[in-house]
Amino acid sequence: MSSATETLKHDAHDDHHHGPAKGIKRWLLTTNHKDIGTLYLWFSFIMFLTGGAMAMVIRAELFQPGLQIVDPQFFNQMTTVHGLIMVFGAVMPAFTGLANWLIPMMIGAPDMALPRMNNWSFWILPFAFLILLSSLFVEGGGPAFGWTFYAPLSTTYSGDSTALFVFSVHIMGISSIMGAINVIVTIWNMRAPGMTWMKMPMFVWTWLITAFLLIAVMPVLAGVVTMVLTDKYFGTSFFNAAGGGDPVMFQHIFWFFGHPEVYIMILPAFGIISHIIPTFARKPLFGYASMVYATASIALLSFIVWAHHMFTTGMPVAAEMFFMFATMLISVPTGVKVFNWVATMWRGAMTFEIPMLFAIAFVILFTIGGLSGLMLAITPVDFQYHDTYFVVAHFHYVLVTGAVFSIMAAAYYWLPKWTGVMFDITLAKWHFWASLISVNVLFFPMHFVGLAGMPRRIPDYALQFADFNKWISIGGFAFGLSQLIFLALLIKACRKQGEPVSDQVWDGAEGLEWEIPSPAPYHTFDTPPVVK
Amino acid sequence: MAQQEYQKYYVPESSPWPIVGAVALFLIAVGAANFTVEMTKGKEGFGGWILFAGIAMLIFMVTGWFRNQIHESMSGLYSDQLGRSYRQGMAWFIFSEIMFFAAFFGALFYARTIAIPWLGGASNNAMTNEVLWPGFEAVWPLLQTPGGIESTQMGWFGLPLINTLLLLTSSVTCHYAHVGLEQNKRKQLSVMLALTIFLGCIFLGLQAYEYIHAYDIGLTLDSGVYGNTFYLLTGFHGLHVTLGTVILIVLYFRVQKGHFTPDNHFAFQAGSWYWHFVDVVWVMLFFLVYIL
Ligand code: HEM
Ligand SMILES: [Cu+2]
Repeated sequence: MSSATETLKHDAHDDHHHGPAKGIKRWLLTTNHKDIGTLYLWFSFIMFLTGGAMAMVIRAELFQPGLQIVDPQFFNQMTTVHGLIMVFGAVMPAFTGLANWLIPMMIGAPDMALPRMNNWSFWILPFAFLILLSSLFVEGGGPAFGWTFYAPLSTTYSGDSTALFVFSVHIMGISSIMGAINVIVTIWNMRAPGMTWMKMPMFVWTWLITAFLLIAVMPVLAGVVTMVLTDKYFGTSFFNAAGGGDPVMFQHIFWFFGHPEVYIMILPAFGIISHIIPTFARKPLFGYASMVYATASIALLSFIVWAHHMFTTGMPVAAEMFFMFATMLISVPTGVKVFNWVATMWRGAMTFEIPMLFAIAFVILFTIGGLSGLMLAITPVDFQYHDTYFVVAHFHYVLVTGAVFSIMAAAYYWLPKWTGVMFDITLAKWHFWASLISVNVLFFPMHFVGLAGMPRRIPDYALQFADFNKWISIGGFAFGLSQLIFLALLIKACRKQGEPVSDQVWDGAEGLEWEIPSPAPYHTFDTPPVVK
Repeated sequence: MAQQEYQKYYVPESSPWPIVGAVALFLIAVGAANFTVEMTKGKEGFGGWILFAGIAMLIFMVTGWFRNQIHESMSGLYSDQLGRSYRQGMAWFIFSEIMFFAAFFGALFYARTIAIPWLGGASNNAMTNEVLWPGFEAVWPLLQTPGGIESTQMGWFGLPLINTLLLLTSSVTCHYAHVGLEQNKRKQLSVMLALTIFLGCIFLGLQAYEYIHAYDIGLTLDSGVYGNTFYLLTGFHGLHVTLGTVILIVLYFRVQKGHFTPDNHFAFQAGSWYWHFVDVVWVMLFFLVYIL
């Protein structure tokens, strides 16, 4: 996919265009997609560290068997809020931030389609998390029912912070929906002339489909938290058998949102990897069209597999079978993607810059997560694995070494374009290798303790799991500390300490964003380029 | 080539409204959460006031934001492309609303066709019925819950049917208002729009009356899953009709001020889409909640 452009450099004489405003007002009132992207990315990183601190509490408690550091109720609050923060505060906003920065530059648009709403979608997020975090200090403690807030844990057995939880989730949902509408409309309506559908960069494609998933399922999440609210406070019985409802119905509605949600957190990652590998293998992406179709089929299939989270709830056998096979079907398009990445690297002139290291780690480690997912998809097998650390291992492989690694890869790949300087490569190498090793020490043994029967979300465990858990905790602390290297690197880069880079930055990089100056000017593509 | 024809895409330099709106939503969320707890647990607090302040601020924000936009639109800053962005944005917003209702319709479907029959012993649940809920009979509408709460059915004849006819008519008048606008028949536009608003208000009035009636005959929010789905579905629908009516009223005043032209009337289009959407939801409701 080669693209040449006619009018690239932005027109400095245009009277409309000053640079950014000064001071705090710039960030509060901005309508600029690059500013808003930066806000999202920093917010996400702060949330990543906050959620990470909670994970450290969890791992400290689990360092040894027995109850030592925190009481069980607080332990449950930590697992719950850790999960909520990482999903809604760290991973999703990071992808939205990347979308903001990159999509307009990749499709040759002057900005996002709805710039004011863009600002609103961002600024309600910090408030949502302020509410969620403050709920930890409410009398009776914060939410302690797991990020999945199953009824009746969240209805009959929850504290009064539940109301705060419900409304903070509502705000997160509003933010995601508005963000997704903005992305979809931008892609649909703002492409430069000549940027046809099948010329669109993969990151744009994957985000288009992700945005569709978001608009389809975030309202369902809003619906289910609303039912939790009315069940808890207003006497309804959606999830209460005595009133003709069913707690299992909660799980159906939740996972109808929840499974597409996990793809929301991985499809943009697929897009990112599909940019980085071709650049450093110096070959075009293998099977571009099949990548597009695979992404679309994953998204469609993701609507009919939700009950693989519910195999042990006692569904009729026919349903168990259906959801088992449908789930396995999803691995086909996922496999297509992995195959295409490997085929792109095959006989490429490969170099191993930092983004590429993360991308390769992604391909391998995400695949491990996919394979454990396949194991979990087998109904009778899941009867044993369900609610054990095996599931925890599975989703941390796909989410941490998958989604989070892809976000880091993206940060390293596009950071020089954003700041105009190369980041500190020594620090980056330390960050990569420390993260890579520690993350596997952290999550790989979870497979073993899970298979041996250690349940998740319990602050204590049987003695035979002690050795593995010690190592898991050590890996956890090491992984946590490694992220401080990343923090230092990001601060340096944002202060523009480093060698200036060329416009193309990486010599194999292709796409509109590499044809504008580095650092990217405040306004790009006031008049659209023509893509040939 | 396309270069010369390109109309500049208007990107506002900055705007104070979103951050005002963010604070407003924050107040609404905190206020609503506290108010819920205070109301249901009989505690003292400021929840209601915070909620009220948030709503007031949100109204202030929406007014200011839209005033800016109306001004920009009237001064010709908007290109066709921008108009398309707004239309597409509105269409996707309505899609998200549809999915919100789908969650509640889904709950209704699940309760009716799965949860209640199983509680009554269907499929392999004979022991559930015999041991946990002896004597429970699975029927819909669920007028006696497994726990023993009794309620009454809401018939579809009478008020609900009248309400259906009202809303369907209002969809037609709304359409003719739009046609009037497109053909530049301002009189037709005004009259039809006023008629739509009028029908919407009657609908809301009758709906309120029906709620009172329902409570009188013993169908309440806490009378089991039949009452739950009834009240949440019709309640959220009612809220949407209220919002739709407010939108139409604003549009009416704008029409009186001479806003909108046959080929530039995004706000009107959006309002009428929204109105058709609440009508379609009602028709679904009428069939799935009342008749079936
Ligand atoms: C090859 C594709 C995949 C398959 C076959 C698969 C299958 C499964 C199954 C069967 C479970 C339920 C396990 C249980 O609770 O007993 C599960 C849990 C989970 N999966 Fe996957 N999965 C796949 C990919 C992914 C991806 C890409 C993500 C996210 C990026 C993901 C995130 C999760 C999460 C978060 C959970 C646990 C939810 C919870 O209970 O807290 N999975 N997966
Ligand atoms: Cu799933």
